[in-house]
Amino acid sequence: MSYQFDFVAVFDYSSVLLAGTAHTLLLTTVGAVAGLGIGILGAVSRAWQIKPFDRIFAVYVELIRNTPFLIQLFFIYFGLPSLGFRLDEWQAAILAVIINLGAYTTEIVRAGIEATPRGQIEAAESLAMTRPQIFRHVVLPPALAKVWPAICSQMVIVMLGTSVCSQIAAEELTFAANFIQSRNFRAFETYFIVTVIYFVLAVAVRQLLTQAGLRLLGRRAR
Amino acid sequence: MQKRQFLKTLLAATVLASGLGLAHADTLSNVEKSGVVRIAIPQDFPPFGSLGGDLKLQGYDIDMANLIAHELKVKVELIPVTSTNRIPYLTTGKADLVISSLGKNAEREKVIDFSAPYVPFVKSVFGPEDARIAQPADLAGKVVGVTRGSTEDLALTKLAPASTVIKRFEDNNATISSYLTGQVQLVTLGNIVANSVNAMTKLRRLSAKFPVEDTPCYVGVAKGEAAMQAKVNEIIAKAKKDGRLSQMSLRWLQVPLPANL
Repeated sequence: MSYQFDFVAVFDYSSVLLAGTAHTLLLTTVGAVAGLGIGILGAVSRAWQIKPFDRIFAVYVELIRNTPFLIQLFFIYFGLPSLGFRLDEWQAAILAVIINLGAYTTEIVRAGIEATPRGQIEAAESLAMTRPQIFRHVVLPPALAKVWPAICSQMVIVMLGTSVCSQIAAEELTFAANFIQSRNFRAFETYFIVTVIYFVLAVAVRQLLTQAGLRLLGRRAR
Repeated sequence: MQKRQFLKTLLAATVLASGLGLAHADTLSNVEKSGVVRIAIPQDFPPFGSLGGDLKLQGYDIDMANLIAHELKVKVELIPVTSTNRIPYLTTGKADLVISSLGKNAEREKVIDFSAPYVPFVKSVFGPEDARIAQPADLAGKVVGVTRGSTEDLALTKLAPASTVIKRFEDNNATISSYLTGQVQLVTLGNIVANSVNAMTKLRRLSAKFPVEDTPCYVGVAKGEAAMQAKVNEIIAKAKKDGRLSQMSLRWLQVPLPANL
């Protein structure tokens, strides 16, 4: 039995692929920005032991980092409606991505903050800078610069991880692939093309983030 | 240098992947030689296939798989699949047969062959008791859940007006959950499936609105495997005649097999 390749059967559905790609990128972008925000808040709470937030973030980080993303997603989408809290598939997907990325970036950024030399903070204190000023100008930029490569990796991982959102009928790229494959049965062609799209997206996202890091945080963010 | 190495690897992988389909002989003689028939069955789709209280697979399709293996005088290896991946399992040679409440349509007939029907299967739109839905046009502006790639997905996609929002889930479990948790207003399911859901939970009743499709289930056979197809047909005809299919129908569907099947 020789297999006749037919990639045109996939390109007939290019609008589905395009919409899926756009949704995956949107999900990643919103998740990355909000997730990084939560991560910075969590990191400073934990590193500087700001009560009671350090405890809250500690529980949050352990809870999220020790459970599968898919279960978190199912819990939000199928579980929360039982408590009268109903989110549609996009709200649930975005919330799950933000919560997940927030936990991981909390730990990554915390490592950066804790690596700040004591002397730097003491120097800032001797200049009569307030705690928020020290954090904004002395601690955060070099901390982010130190861990930027790890943050970039985590964001790419999250982007690839959004593929499981297809399970709750969110029409992102993996949904598009499964949808097309269930219509034309061209498994090899469909998944081959989607693999290429994911690969290109991942490389592009990493490049973009690396460049953004260089611009915003200086040369150490490599 | 590294880039070239990578391209070479990619090329090799592609060539390898495209060559895999070539080593393929007659399924029936392969099965008889190895003494094992690999059958793709559902594991999350009562009453066709689900895990029982003893964590063993049970259901109409499981009984059907055992019956066919018995008649072929070989051992059976059950491969749990979802409705999305059951056809790829067959086309890529990971399973010899698919017995997974599989309906027939033109798109599927292009890629696999079908046996004679072995059980009837009506699919309908279901919703709350008080929802006034009697025909496809009433679905305008409604949110309807369905299992992606199923025959009811294709039928519903054709029937529903453009303003209907169709949410496609990975498997029947997710589709049912989406209705039970109120994520969708309506769902499209097999009538038999809806009945067994109603029997299992009181969370939200499923009341039948209108049928979208009435196709029986068939055993899926890889394309061009005429010997296997003929053998399966022979087994189905025999089991219909001696009443074994009707017994299975009584056990799992609570009705005898209709005479016109």
